[in-house]
Amino acid sequence: MAQEIQNYTMNFGPQHPAAHGVLRLVLEMDGETIVRADPHVGLLHRGTEKLAESKPFNQSIGYMDRLDYVSMMCNEHAYVKAIETLLGIEAPERAQYIRTMFDEITRILNHLMWIGSSALDLGAMAVFLYAFREREELMDVYEAVSGARMHATYYRPGGVYRDLPDRMSKYRESPWHKGKDLKRVNSWREGSMLDFIDAFTADFPSKVDEYEDLLTTNRIWKQRTVGIGVVSPELAQQWSMTGPMLRGSGVEWDLRKKQPYAKYAEVDFDIPVGVNGDCYDRYLVRVEEMRQSNRIIRQCVNWLRANPGPVMVKNFKVAPPSRVEMKEDMEALIHHFKLFTEGYCVPAGETYSAVEAPKGEFGCYLVSDGANKPFRLHMRAPGFAHLSSMDTIVRGHMLADAVAMIGTYDLVFGDVDR
Amino acid sequence: MSEPHPTSLAERLVARFGDTLVISTVRNEVTAELAAADLIAVATALRDEPAFRFSELIDLCGIDYLGYGQTEWDTETVSGTGFSRGVEGQAQGRFNWAGRPRDTDLPRRYAAVVQLLSIEHNCRLRLRVFCEDDSLPVVPSLTQVWPGVNWFEREAFDLYGIIFEGHPDLRRILTDYGFVGHPFRKDFPLIGNVEVRYDPELKRVIYEPVSIEPRVLVPRTIRDDVDLMQAKAEAADHWREN
Repeated sequence: MAQEIQNYTMNFGPQHPAAHGVLRLVLEMDGETIVRADPHVGLLHRGTEKLAESKPFNQSIGYMDRLDYVSMMCNEHAYVKAIETLLGIEAPERAQYIRTMFDEITRILNHLMWIGSSALDLGAMAVFLYAFREREELMDVYEAVSGARMHATYYRPGGVYRDLPDRMSKYRESPWHKGKDLKRVNSWREGSMLDFIDAFTADFPSKVDEYEDLLTTNRIWKQRTVGIGVVSPELAQQWSMTGPMLRGSGVEWDLRKKQPYAKYAEVDFDIPVGVNGDCYDRYLVRVEEMRQSNRIIRQCVNWLRANPGPVMVKNFKVAPPSRVEMKEDMEALIHHFKLFTEGYCVPAGETYSAVEAPKGEFGCYLVSDGANKPFRLHMRAPGFAHLSSMDTIVRGHMLADAVAMIGTYDLVFGDVDR
Repeated sequence: MSEPHPTSLAERLVARFGDTLVISTVRNEVTAELAAADLIAVATALRDEPAFRFSELIDLCGIDYLGYGQTEWDTETVSGTGFSRGVEGQAQGRFNWAGRPRDTDLPRRYAAVVQLLSIEHNCRLRLRVFCEDDSLPVVPSLTQVWPGVNWFEREAFDLYGIIFEGHPDLRRILTDYGFVGHPFRKDFPLIGNVEVRYDPELKRVIYEPVSIEPRVLVPRTIRDDVDLMQAKAEAADHWREN
């Protein structure tokens, strides 16, 4: 006697530890196999683009940090680059090196978050703890330069908010840090911020080796990732994939090389690409990207040490005058007042400016009608494009592979939902 | 990678598509404006023909041109009582639903803007398609050409109410289940229409009319080039050279 078996629908998230925030996934299951996946997004939609239309240009920089909140400065970079393009100004060379360095610090921050949470999803607890150890150091760098550990608002049209600080904050004695241990954690922090980054980058490759020890040949990790979520190069391009998702499939495409911005044309680095386009290859690509970012940071540190200079254009229409000038010069005072009340007007026009954010191409489509506020601002979020391919890729996979796939997309919902 | 083409992208587009596209090149960014009826044929050609090979659609977004170029603060003329106060206007954040701009007669308000990327030729192209009818903005869907456009079109539908004809699953994507209206339209209030809270007596989440007042701190101002020229004189930066 034939028995009729029906598929059933399963709800995954939005409150699920492997949903990376607020992904709601409605899955149609045939036993353990996924027949159809329908991601529901937008639970973190804040209308950033609309909010930006009601504010002067500079007041929206802080919103950019909150889009993809693990690659903060890269988002800012896309936004200020778009404004600079329309204004026709260019940041001083030192500011561009600082941006290059911080973009790469951000990339490491993002990939550490990714490797930790992704491994956690697939059953490896320890990587998360190790990754957060290094994230802590880099967030201290963020804090030293901008005062905020995550939402920096450090990049400005025309440069960066201020030059790199001469000293790093140190740990104070506490029940958790004392004696020899305190000395050890503070030993990198005796000199300037560049000294600290130098010490960090000298040490970091050995830390990446540690993560690789835990994962690269780990049998469970390989069972969960090899051959899972295979994306062919054609499929990747059809589904608007960029960044490690595209490179994992073997397409050598990196905006830092192909359409260089900031100082990427001056620094030396390689683009890792995958072969099979599965979750494991994308893991290898991201791990190698951390090493390459480390290389770029070291080159930037060397350049920044040797070349002091301005970090902001000396144009009071977009950059505030110094406090000293303000106290002595009426014009400077007026400029300061106008800049912080009205802002600056951006010539009418439209531009699309993209940066290679850690997750893929983060773009900013900016339309100005000549006013002091954007007429239309659209952020092209890599996670949004990637997640849209979910249904195509996970069909026929097991339920547990959907988790591996969510991990490999490197989703952050501030970025997907905007 | 193939040999770089001897002609520029704009020239190749003109040679291939002629009057179908209205092409402008600003700052090396090529924009092509075209009619909705031609979109699918042009998009397919752009994807497949070796001279273009736009294998990837990077982005699609809606745009509402209502109020383009309008200011709230007259900075040109001055009266005996000074400049205008800059406290009135219809720009974003100024109005609630009852006071939304009604005078929305604008030839062709809505457009869909597409950013394309050719990995083979390493170039980008922007397409802009205006919707002919403002009361029912319709654009053909590109899902047959680039499947990845699916969610971008859903987003533009959700936020602007642009209907993509032929889209397999044109549902809302970013707003709440049961949301009314298209929030990114320029005549949709920034403060929204409803607010949500948990009612301890009813023991459920309830929707209420929004209680906050619209408020704008900085008026929308357009200043002409004089300002920028002045800046140029001050700083000798490369202002407006493009």
